[in-house]
Amino acid sequence: MIALDLLEPYKYEFFRNGLLVAVIAGALCGLLGVFVVLRGMSYIGHGLSHAVFGGAAASAVMKVNYFLGAGIWGIVSGVLIGRISRKRVIGADAAIGVVTTGSFAVGLMLLNRYGQAKRSIEAVLFGSVLGVQTADIVAVSAVAIGVLAIIVLGYRRLLYATFDPEVARISGVRVGAVEVLLMAMLSCTIIVTMRVIGTLLISALLVVPAATTRLMTNSFARMLTIAPIVGAVSSFVGMNLAYHWDTSASGTIIAVGVVAFAVVYAVGGIRSRSRIGHLHV
Amino acid sequence: MTESIVRFDGVSATYGRILALENVSLDLPANGFVGIVGPSGSGKTTLLRVLLGVMHASHGKVTRKSGLRLGYVPQVESVDWNFPVTVAEVVGMTRSAGRWWPRTTDQERNEIETVLCQLGLEGLGERHIRELSGGQQQRVFIARALFHKPDLLVLDEPTSGVDVSTRHEILHLLVDLHESGVAIVLSTHDLNGLASHLPRIICVNKGVIADGPPLAVINPEVLERTYGAPMQVLEHGGMPIVVDQLEHTISHRLRGSGK
Repeated sequence: MIALDLLEPYKYEFFRNGLLVAVIAGALCGLLGVFVVLRGMSYIGHGLSHAVFGGAAASAVMKVNYFLGAGIWGIVSGVLIGRISRKRVIGADAAIGVVTTGSFAVGLMLLNRYGQAKRSIEAVLFGSVLGVQTADIVAVSAVAIGVLAIIVLGYRRLLYATFDPEVARISGVRVGAVEVLLMAMLSCTIIVTMRVIGTLLISALLVVPAATTRLMTNSFARMLTIAPIVGAVSSFVGMNLAYHWDTSASGTIIAVGVVAFAVVYAVGGIRSRSRIGHLHV
Repeated sequence: MTESIVRFDGVSATYGRILALENVSLDLPANGFVGIVGPSGSGKTTLLRVLLGVMHASHGKVTRKSGLRLGYVPQVESVDWNFPVTVAEVVGMTRSAGRWWPRTTDQERNEIETVLCQLGLEGLGERHIRELSGGQQQRVFIARALFHKPDLLVLDEPTSGVDVSTRHEILHLLVDLHESGVAIVLSTHDLNGLASHLPRIICVNKGVIADGPPLAVINPEVLERTYGAPMQVLEHGGMPIVVDQLEHTISHRLRGSGK
């Protein structure tokens, strides 16, 4: 009986589609999250998800394809954030805050003025598994394959540019191009996962699985292998619990991730505790 | 005459409107072992950055020998010791550009082990970088630079923040490397512990104040022009020893206040 109860949500196509997108999104965010955590970029991930909200709203109002509108907006914002982060005149955090909250505010105004404001805003902020379409599955799968290919083929350069950008530049690595590529991958990931996870919780999915994995290993290569598994498992468990408990899917996914972090942190003991103090999250 | 591998002709460099280096001319020979000394903000690091090609000269010309291979060892203070990398991964990093295969090949693994043995780090390849002693950590970054098989090794403050025995260890290693044919340029604040042992010193404060062997260069007049503070120079065993007069005065006052 319990087994039948557990399998009940799989009768529904919306759940199967949502679960598939959520698991791929969890793995994808876990993979990219390794770079987000090790580069101390969690605020950029958070800001970027807010910036993409503006693009999503603009594409809805202008009746442009969501992936095209939000994609262009997101990549431009990502590159802009990357450039501003390197400037020190007003402080990167303040500059990123201006760009991303400005973009978020424009999106809010556009939806208020021209869109079905309340429904659209809630869907974008918190995500919705009910709204998952075939296009979402194709988009998240395509981005996941692309990101995986780039990380495998560019592994050495990504590692060097993340660990020691100045010396990497001296050794012939195009560090600027690596940064633009990372921001573009982040933007694409946020765009294709936003409809399921929602703007507010994407940054958590980018940070929590990678931070949990950092407590488990001292190897960059192993982090890149384990973090996507942690992200995917959190999404799988979170989606199933959300159905049975009738809670928000994205909120439950993140809650499962945070519980996993807490368990690993507790089990890790003193060694893990000394490491967590130095995490850039 | 020894062939020059890097030549600066009237080189100036700026950060925005701030002049960091002014009209510097110097030659670095293929067998050189040179220390760049000067106070904080004097342009030592800028000089190294221009030499390495990560910063462009605003005036003048930098000429590098065709095909010159550079190895760079940054200050260990700038390293993120919590980053999840092993010693072998750090050493292998310098062969990243243009490599698409993510895994270390057997040949690279053997070469990494060879360079680790050369620097006395055999068997430590799989250790996390934070698990090593200060001297071993500095050696890992020298190993990384050597893995690139450089003609010129550039080190930024290699003895900054290390204890006396580690400083000796690093100096011995650098002498061994120089004797094996690697040209070396390093910046340092350490006049007595490091600079005075080198065959050639360049005193820098925006421009070159003096350039030559320690006994010729380290004298009160040059040091005052370089550091803007009075210093005494003693000689011991054929080497100059710098005595900071200001600290001398302070110690007298402190001893006086303890009466």
